[in-house]
Amino acid sequence: MSTATTAPASGAAARTTAGERPPLKVPVSLSVLALVALVFFGLLGPGKTAEMKVSDPGDAIVLPSIAIPGQVGGIVMGVLLLAAAAYSVYLWTQGRRSPRWLPIVFAVVFVFSLLVWIVAGARQPSISLAGLIAGSVTLAVPLVFGSLSGVLCERVGVVNIAIEGQLLGGAFTAALVATVTRNAYIGLIAAAAAGATVSMVLAVFSIKYLVNQIIVGVVLNVLVSGLTGFLFGTIMVPNKALFNTPGRLDIIPIPLLADLPIIGPILFRQSVAGYLMYIAVAVVWFGLFKTKWGLRVRAVGEHPQAADTLGVNVNATRFWNVTLGGAIAGIGGAIFTLVTIDSFTQEISGGRGFIALAALIFGRWNPIGAFLASLLFGFAYNLQSILGIIGTPVPSQFMAMLPYLVTVFAVAGLVGRSRPPAASGIPYVKG
Amino acid sequence: MSTEDKIPHAEADDPAPAAAEGPVTQESAEDVQAADVALDTAGGAHAPSAVPVSSQSGDTGHREATVWQQIVHGNALVSVLAVLVALVLGGILIASTDSNVAKTGSYFFARPSDFLSALWNAMTRSYVALFQGSIFNPRQGFLPFLETMTVATPLICAALGVALAFRAGLFNIGAQGQVIISATLAAYAGFTWHLPFGLHILVVLVMGVLGGAAWGAIVGILKARTGAHEVIVTIMLNYVALFLLDYLLNTPAFRRPGEASPISPRLDETAAYPGIFPDSRLHLGFLVAVALCYGVWWLLNRSTVGFEFRAVGANPAAARTAGVNVPRATIVVMALAGALAGFGGVAQVAGTEKVLTGGVAAQIGFDSITVALLGRSTPWGTFFAGLLFGAFRAGAVQMQIQTGTPIDIVLVVQSLIVLFIAAPPLIRSIFGLNPGKKKKIKAPRRAAVATTTGGAK
Repeated sequence: MSTATTAPASGAAARTTAGERPPLKVPVSLSVLALVALVFFGLLGPGKTAEMKVSDPGDAIVLPSIAIPGQVGGIVMGVLLLAAAAYSVYLWTQGRRSPRWLPIVFAVVFVFSLLVWIVAGARQPSISLAGLIAGSVTLAVPLVFGSLSGVLCERVGVVNIAIEGQLLGGAFTAALVATVTRNAYIGLIAAAAAGATVSMVLAVFSIKYLVNQIIVGVVLNVLVSGLTGFLFGTIMVPNKALFNTPGRLDIIPIPLLADLPIIGPILFRQSVAGYLMYIAVAVVWFGLFKTKWGLRVRAVGEHPQAADTLGVNVNATRFWNVTLGGAIAGIGGAIFTLVTIDSFTQEISGGRGFIALAALIFGRWNPIGAFLASLLFGFAYNLQSILGIIGTPVPSQFMAMLPYLVTVFAVAGLVGRSRPPAASGIPYVKG
Repeated sequence: MSTEDKIPHAEADDPAPAAAEGPVTQESAEDVQAADVALDTAGGAHAPSAVPVSSQSGDTGHREATVWQQIVHGNALVSVLAVLVALVLGGILIASTDSNVAKTGSYFFARPSDFLSALWNAMTRSYVALFQGSIFNPRQGFLPFLETMTVATPLICAALGVALAFRAGLFNIGAQGQVIISATLAAYAGFTWHLPFGLHILVVLVMGVLGGAAWGAIVGILKARTGAHEVIVTIMLNYVALFLLDYLLNTPAFRRPGEASPISPRLDETAAYPGIFPDSRLHLGFLVAVALCYGVWWLLNRSTVGFEFRAVGANPAAARTAGVNVPRATIVVMALAGALAGFGGVAQVAGTEKVLTGGVAAQIGFDSITVALLGRSTPWGTFFAGLLFGAFRAGAVQMQIQTGTPIDIVLVVQSLIVLFIAAPPLIRSIFGLNPGKKKKIKAPRRAAVATTTGGAK
């Protein structure tokens, strides 16, 4: 499975070093998207003016809102996008690859153009930009934790399909323990323990019993879904007050900084779990790429034989990293029941674990990349719910489809042959 | 690697394991042996070599395939024990939340017999209900088993698609989306066009299967042309299919006239699979599923294309070197997998439900992954695993009605079964099976490795 993806990847790399032209994928996909943006969002765009409110009236610092005329704004941004696509095509004719920042800048402008088009076409052409972004971050928090868990596991050579199960297990345990102990923080710790437990099963089966890791992951998702569903039905439903009223984690605003427009609510008005997310991304990134531990982890994930020869205990490293990953995903699961809403319902994670998996691959197995990709998905989720409120001409189902279609397009067109850690998915047998 | 492993064709010298195995693994052992010999003799052109293929080509050290094959070709005894352990664990879970057990447990030391009988009652009551709802009960005879077969039909079809993709090294999580798309198209043909009996069901079938195949082929094409990871693409396409169906059910073309909720008109009688037994929902689709099992078995084990698929699955680099067009194989496999899931969608909408709703695919696509894993990605293994899961699904409804045990317990038992079957050493250590048994099991496994490494020649 993983060999299927790695082998062609190395082949593609070899081709470009041999002096041939870089693949045409990026220029072509950028051009197509730019044309779509220019024609649909610009030339055929709505005539109304989109209002983007930057701050709420009650904020300490009130900034004026941004007004962008739908059609003109769409044409301007469409031309900008076309220019970026043309630059990419030009680079291709010169036999050079497009720089990494180009698709990112392109994506930001494209999404903004889409936003203007949607808002200007809505019944009520006004949207709170601050609320949109803050809401996106809130929805992205579980995804970030989930994809960090995936990064830790895959970097050490274990494919973690069980993120969904870890999130769900964390959510259930957080609700149960927080209700019983009457303390949301104990619930948060219990969620980490639950995620770690799910991960340990994954680790034992894939490392000790050499079971295919994808199989264990898929099965664990089903197992956790069944277990939590069963216990929800037999324990929580009959006794909601006793077992399923966890309360919420307090929001801890940091004085002054929390009042900054836009970035205030995102960075400085969060619950403990929200702050933990930023810390976790930074720590995992620093740990993986700047410390001895990270070097060992990556060595085990890329070439376990070499790591073993140099005295690293491959399977122990794998076991503890997978466990740590599970704990992180468990905290992500707690967000559902301790921050978003204050009770557990069946299947509360609703497939977010799989989106986290996509975010991790989208982010190329890098904590920061996974973080950014998760934010993108969070934005898409939030856009869906906001658009439902302001009312758009496009059927809501298509708006709901959009993030998934964009992901397919991005994975196929921009990311392409993503290269997982070489030993990911392959059990290590010493000798 | 012990020297004993290198004895050529150990499974031929030692018929014991084959005799001990059930029909599921026997088939796989045979096909492995046949393929092994075919490889060794270039399809009979040369005399069989004294040295096994694996020794000639050398061990490629492709450990993933080794482990994979170990899962694919296991031991029937382990399977039975795994089911047993999973049922016992599920029973303990049921008992642990039972109010009677808790009550009697509080005075356990005064009268342990009360506690034990309550425990036994709690464990067996649910399973008896499950059995009566899925296989046999005195009131209805074997009618529940027909319902099991009905529920199993789409599961088997979709799981065949997942299994086929597995064998080619592709992880197809997209059965759900493929089932949805095929059910949508099949239903549309079923209630919009009014054709004569016979022709109509054929048109419905073709529409559904083509729809599933197209949805699967998208994944194959993206994977082959751009290298997009099939796991991501299939997950995303599942959501796209779900929302697409939701949208379509809200359009005049699909919604039942005069109905507020998103539900389609009933399919024409001519568009539905004919029933097989009176008083049951069992339909012709089940026989189609059986035929598909045979077809996939033939494809994988008797055809050149199937051999190429397995070669790609075992070692894509080696397959490419041996002249297999890997991108084409990827596309064809995904299209076939989608087509098989498409048969499942048709069986569901034109056989069981006869109406299109947003939840037409239920959990079929996701269950089919577990079914394929339990069936070890062999066609007949998938067939029996599908029947087992169909029995769980059919019986769980009765169980919930009669005993109040949530349906989710079935998920727990199902996943435990797959987990235990995937890890035979765990089951062996639970039951303290003698280590002499291990040697016997190794024989077919060794042969399996010979097949896969043979592709590297």
